[in-house]
Amino acid sequence: MRNDDLLWAMALTFFTTAIFSFGGIATMIPEIHRQAVDIRGWLGNDDFATAFALSQIAPGPNILLMSMIGWRVAGWAGLAVATLATIVPTSLIALLAGRGEARIANTRWYMIAKRALPPIVVGLILSSGVVTGHAAIDHWLGVAIAGGVAIHIALSRTNPLIPLGIGTAIGIAAARLGFF
Amino acid sequence: MGSETAQEGQNRPAQVSRFQIFTGFLLIGMFGFGGIAAAMHHVMVERRRWLTNAEYASILGLGQVLPGANLVNMATMVGDRFQGAIGALLALIGLTFMPIVILVALAEFYDHFANMPDVVAGTRAAAAGAVGMIFGTGWKLARTIVDSRWAFAFAVASFVAIGILRLPLVGTLLVLASAAIAVGYWSSTRAK
Repeated sequence: MRNDDLLWAMALTFFTTAIFSFGGIATMIPEIHRQAVDIRGWLGNDDFATAFALSQIAPGPNILLMSMIGWRVAGWAGLAVATLATIVPTSLIALLAGRGEARIANTRWYMIAKRALPPIVVGLILSSGVVTGHAAIDHWLGVAIAGGVAIHIALSRTNPLIPLGIGTAIGIAAARLGFF
Repeated sequence: MGSETAQEGQNRPAQVSRFQIFTGFLLIGMFGFGGIAAAMHHVMVERRRWLTNAEYASILGLGQVLPGANLVNMATMVGDRFQGAIGALLALIGLTFMPIVILVALAEFYDHFANMPDVVAGTRAAAAGAVGMIFGTGWKLARTIVDSRWAFAFAVASFVAIGILRLPLVGTLLVLASAAIAVGYWSSTRAK
């Protein structure tokens, strides 16, 4: 595939997925994985998992997973295309919606949508967990670390980087002891 | 500035400059380790007082219903509110610029040291932990959002369609969202 064709295909994929990503970036993850890994083979499961891990460790909005996938596939040009195709169209929608906020906020349809869509988003976020788990976890210790972090987040409000750091340290120690 | 009497915007700066928008979101982006939601609220409501808690909640609520990253949407709307489209652009650049630089540096670092067993094991473990973050967040949301049989049915339907059957997002969402809104409309007419 020529590089221009690749970048166009990426732009279209990220654009289409982003404008349907109601509820946030976690809902984009399964579709981007399906497109980029399963259908088009732009990157492998390993690269996807690494991009996912790095984007979660780094600070910043979780949209950066898309930037990182773009970077893995096509370097700086890929990063620019994936980031812009994800951010620009949705931000334009947000800009218009924000300007109409006073008018939108009290309409009946907004009230209905605000109650109707979140349960679907919950299903999409849990789907993201399954898809990323499938890509990133291949060992019982990984399952244990994921479970520990999940329980910590479900039960406490402290920064998730603390259990994430502990899990990482456990992984390194276990690998040195020869069982990870 | 200063008086607590007005209903809206007490204590907050009369105007937020373009430079302040840029630096505010730069700060949020750089210090949003482990998710920027907490940093966002801290900077905008507590530290710089651009928004009251109620305004913050209202903008966030709208950002959550729209497509795209909730907090990126929020940055757009806040930037636009104070400084128009230029403000929105500055908010977005401020929010993403440093994190992208840090992320690429991290990825270069990873590629450079990818043959070290500790780096490989650490990244594998961190990826597993990040999967746990998603499940934890999903579970937390589910507890507050899934409060009826219909809500449960739609959560399960979208999970099965996307997470298990791996159906395409666009078609699935068109079907499920229209069905959910139809049910919401139906129950809102019945409630009267």
